[in-house]
Amino acid sequence: MSVDILMPALSPTMEEGTLSKWLVKEGDKVISGDLIAEIETDKATMEVEAIEDGIIGKILVSEGQESIKVNSPIAILLSEGENLSENTISTDYNKEIQKEVQNNKENVVQINNIKNNDEIVYSNSEDTTKSYFKPDKLERIFVSPLAKRIAKQRDIPLSSIKGSGPHGRILKIDVDNFDVNKIEYSSLNNLESNNFEIVKNSAMRKTIAERLVKSKNEAPHFYLSLDCNIDELLKVRKAINSKSNDEYKISVNDMIIKASSAALLKVPKANASWENENTKYFNNTDISVAVAIEGGLITPIVKNVQSKGLLEISFDMKDLANKAKEGKLQPQEYLGGSFSISNLGMYGIKEFSAVINPPQGCILAVGSGEQRPIVIDNEISIATIMTVTLSCDHRVVDGAVGAEFLSEFKNLIENPSLMLL
Amino acid sequence: MTDVDYDLIVIGGGPGGYVAAIRASQLGMTVALVEDKHLGGICLNWGCIPTKALLRASEIRHLLNNVDEFGFKVSGIKMDINNITKRSRKVASQLSSGISHLLKKNNVQVFEGFGSLAKDTSNIKKIRIKTKDNNNIEKTTKNVILAAGARSRNLPFVSSDGVNIWDYKTAMTPPKLPSSLIIVGSGAIGIEFASFYNDLGVDVTIVEALPSILPNEDIDISKIVKLNFEKRGIKIRTNSALKSVTTRENSVSAEIITNEKVETISSEKLILAIGIIANTEKLGLQDFNVKIDKGHIVTNEFLETDEKGVYAIGDITDGPWLAHKASHEGILCVEKIAGHQNLKPIDKTSIPGCTYCRPQVASIGMTETEARSKNLNLKIGKFPFIGNGKAIALGDSEGLIKTIFNKDTGELIGAHMVGPEVTELIQGFSIAKKLETTEYELMHTIFPHPTLSEGIHESVLDAYNQAIHY
Repeated sequence: MSVDILMPALSPTMEEGTLSKWLVKEGDKVISGDLIAEIETDKATMEVEAIEDGIIGKILVSEGQESIKVNSPIAILLSEGENLSENTISTDYNKEIQKEVQNNKENVVQINNIKNNDEIVYSNSEDTTKSYFKPDKLERIFVSPLAKRIAKQRDIPLSSIKGSGPHGRILKIDVDNFDVNKIEYSSLNNLESNNFEIVKNSAMRKTIAERLVKSKNEAPHFYLSLDCNIDELLKVRKAINSKSNDEYKISVNDMIIKASSAALLKVPKANASWENENTKYFNNTDISVAVAIEGGLITPIVKNVQSKGLLEISFDMKDLANKAKEGKLQPQEYLGGSFSISNLGMYGIKEFSAVINPPQGCILAVGSGEQRPIVIDNEISIATIMTVTLSCDHRVVDGAVGAEFLSEFKNLIENPSLMLL
Repeated sequence: MTDVDYDLIVIGGGPGGYVAAIRASQLGMTVALVEDKHLGGICLNWGCIPTKALLRASEIRHLLNNVDEFGFKVSGIKMDINNITKRSRKVASQLSSGISHLLKKNNVQVFEGFGSLAKDTSNIKKIRIKTKDNNNIEKTTKNVILAAGARSRNLPFVSSDGVNIWDYKTAMTPPKLPSSLIIVGSGAIGIEFASFYNDLGVDVTIVEALPSILPNEDIDISKIVKLNFEKRGIKIRTNSALKSVTTRENSVSAEIITNEKVETISSEKLILAIGIIANTEKLGLQDFNVKIDKGHIVTNEFLETDEKGVYAIGDITDGPWLAHKASHEGILCVEKIAGHQNLKPIDKTSIPGCTYCRPQVASIGMTETEARSKNLNLKIGKFPFIGNGKAIALGDSEGLIKTIFNKDTGELIGAHMVGPEVTELIQGFSIAKKLETTEYELMHTIFPHPTLSEGIHESVLDAYNQAIHY
């Protein structure tokens, strides 16, 4: 019996992924547990294991193929001695795949335009032939062999040319008459100079784009800012760290995580997410912390902060940040969370507004602590001030709730001993 | 407008006119065709078709001369030129009546008479038809296609007289075989007559003003025909201009100038085959905005003259003057009148040309000389029929297939052939050109074995240094 190897869901929210690398080839013998492929999900690259013993009979998706739906077949595993027959692939799968190819088609064409590389169109059709897809389901570009060759020599993507031959077939005359300034990617690609580099968007970049566009489109943001005097906090931090013997080093950020958690416990209405029909209020405070990594950012979660001390928070954070930088976070380490923090203080940013990390209701944007003149009792004095800005999804958190949270937060930061409560 | 007699009147029933009329009828137009002499025009009655019948006879004569090569002994062969021409005339009349039937079937009203444009103030075109019994009929139409063809050209100092100086008509129906013949002009017509009469045993001399015979063909092809002709005893005088012709009772003397040297040559008869003149004079065009340049009607790319609604196709317009070009123009022009979209003008580099001499000549596209004059980078392949099994088996292995590609793009820009049945092979290149194949598709096409067509394959392979059998 042949078995279809399906695109695995590597996280609960994963809908599709990119097959970044095959670690086996057709005809390879595999035993259960062998690594067979690398899959790039929205956040990380993961390895896929063989689920059974057998021989890789047919690889159905090529390396680099994007947007492969979870649970669609990516390869066929044969038992030993078995031959691959046409029947091996059930018609349902075929239909499914064809539908997908059609869905993907537009993406392919778009890439084609941007990359000025008509080969993508061809490789697409080649791939599909290899994978038993019926090529007639794809949009075929009718073109004479001569026109095709000349277009390639002139670097004109066929998809940009309107064919004047029968049924829109592209002829030599159409290529000759084609105005290269009309190439559809011209806005991105200045043909006169090569003073740019085109970088293919990674799955992570696309995820960031998709999620943040969704957030800004759907979540009505409003922003609340507050100055916090952190002199006391710095003092406490210094005191704690002075006793560490280099075994730990609590950061301001660790303390902000703790303060956020404590404030959320006081204002549980801010510890919420929007779920269309319902609003979800979290019992735990799982704090997502934005970490800049190569090619983007990720928000690993310090979980159950309410039951953790600063030391544990600090260790968790270091561990998560390291894993993030190495691309080794497991999905459960970055998916979920009830509240987010984005801290750009270390870059000297005074204050900024962050985009909400959906479906969460709030994100706290933390600026740098700097000495500023302040007025206390009609006297000007100097204090270390940190400006924080809370972005709230108005569907979940109203202005008063946000203000209440922020004022609790300020109280905790300025009176760090309260965090001990 | 309701009282317009026809959507279209076609003047001239040759391969341009009758094809246009049938196509127009297919597209739902009401159509009339005016023909003065014979349906099918010169092509069918006095050109392409009857000459092919004659050349078939001379080919058989050639085979009979060589039957011993195939293991036969035949003696007492008799030839009657009158029977040969009789068969040729029968072939022509059979086809001409076929055209009459086709037009009837397609509801084309045929008027026997001479058609011309009559002056009219309205937008409607009026056609005057002078019938055989000298009556004048007038018919109105929305569109007119002028397809009146052409006739053979004479020189200021010599015209055909039907006795000693022949035009194509007399040459096709000679009362008896002459012992010797001078043929002036070495285009397709002159060369076909030269081949025909030589095979029937006539002493033939060709006089050509240009440096090579078949001057429109590729030089390699022309050279092979010249060698073959000379081997058969045909005398060829190239670079020779005709200065004067003197006729006596039973002979003709021609003064020719070759490289400034005047010489007199004599023969029993002389054929003038020096080109054509378009039949524009009696069409009443002087009252219309129809331009004529070098004797031929000027049209746009879709065959319309400067006079709106008046079109011209075939030999009456610009060359090449070939029946299949006329037919194609007829169809294009009618579809344009019918308002079809996405029509493409005729690509003159994709019109094949055939000469049915022995060995046959066929070509399409640019010659090597033309291609070089355009400074194109070329890939040229040549395959001689001596390397082709079928040609050897036929006992007919003289000839060459030459293919010319644009080195930069792989575009087939010309194909030139001389040899057995090449007139039937050229369409392969026509299709290849129309579909815009490159050398790759031709190289990867499977040609059946054993056929003459394998020569096409080998020639293409040779252009890219991959020929197997040569």
